[in-house]
Amino acid sequence: MIDKLDNELRFQQDAMSLRAERQQVLANNIANADTPNFRARDFDFSAELASSLQKSHTQGRGMALATTSDRHLHADSSSVSSRDLLYRVPDQPSLDGNTVDMDRERAQFTDNAVRYQASLTFLSSRLQSLKTAMQSE
Amino acid sequence: MSMFSIFDIAGSALSAQSQRMNVTASNLANADTTSGPDNQAYRARQVVFESQYQAGSSIGGVRVSQVVEDGSPMRQEYRPGDPLADESGYVTMPNVEPVGEMVNMISASRSYQANVEVMSTSKEMMLKTLTLGEA
Repeated sequence: MIDKLDNELRFQQDAMSLRAERQQVLANNIANADTPNFRARDFDFSAELASSLQKSHTQGRGMALATTSDRHLHADSSSVSSRDLLYRVPDQPSLDGNTVDMDRERAQFTDNAVRYQASLTFLSSRLQSLKTAMQSE
Repeated sequence: MSMFSIFDIAGSALSAQSQRMNVTASNLANADTTSGPDNQAYRARQVVFESQYQAGSSIGGVRVSQVVEDGSPMRQEYRPGDPLADESGYVTMPNVEPVGEMVNMISASRSYQANVEVMSTSKEMMLKTLTLGEA
């Protein structure tokens, strides 16, 4: 039963934790906008989401509860593994070797924040509809 | 790596940028200082930024690794009446370049603003996350 609930919410949960992680990577790019020789990083969101879903479907993720009986719950923790961080290709290289394009980073940052909130809204309405379905009336 | 490390990352940038701003302020304030504790004219200082990494991850913010003295030649000014003038009447003036310092200051304040924006956006995200499942 709990397992079923978990499956209902897993997709949005994965998407949200990936969004949160991408937010950090973008924040790091903005923080290092003036660091010489810093190279802006990012990851391919859809590819990472696909692989994270794949992982949670097949083998469970990173750490799981030890089970000694079939009737134990199979609870997995979403381990934040190291992402496949890529380097951004600069369209205007600068003299100090820094490849952070502030406009692009800020646009991506805002975009990512809005998408995070969208996931949050979806998750919240999913919870709401599950709650409604459980109520006896 | 928790969600809260965004605050560490943006916070490290805020303190690095404000240190850069302090150095700029010091340079501008001392643009005409011909004598210091060592009886030498003031030398312009510049900060050196370095990205830092948290253990086990490839991101982690920025810090000021060192403050270096500007090695460019000192300005010589002809002021025969000055007590610090040498025998040919020249006074050694600081090598502060006001135009460069102004540019530095504007750049630092823009970066600072961008990081404040990052912080407030993340704060909003987190506060919304806390209300998940309510209502």
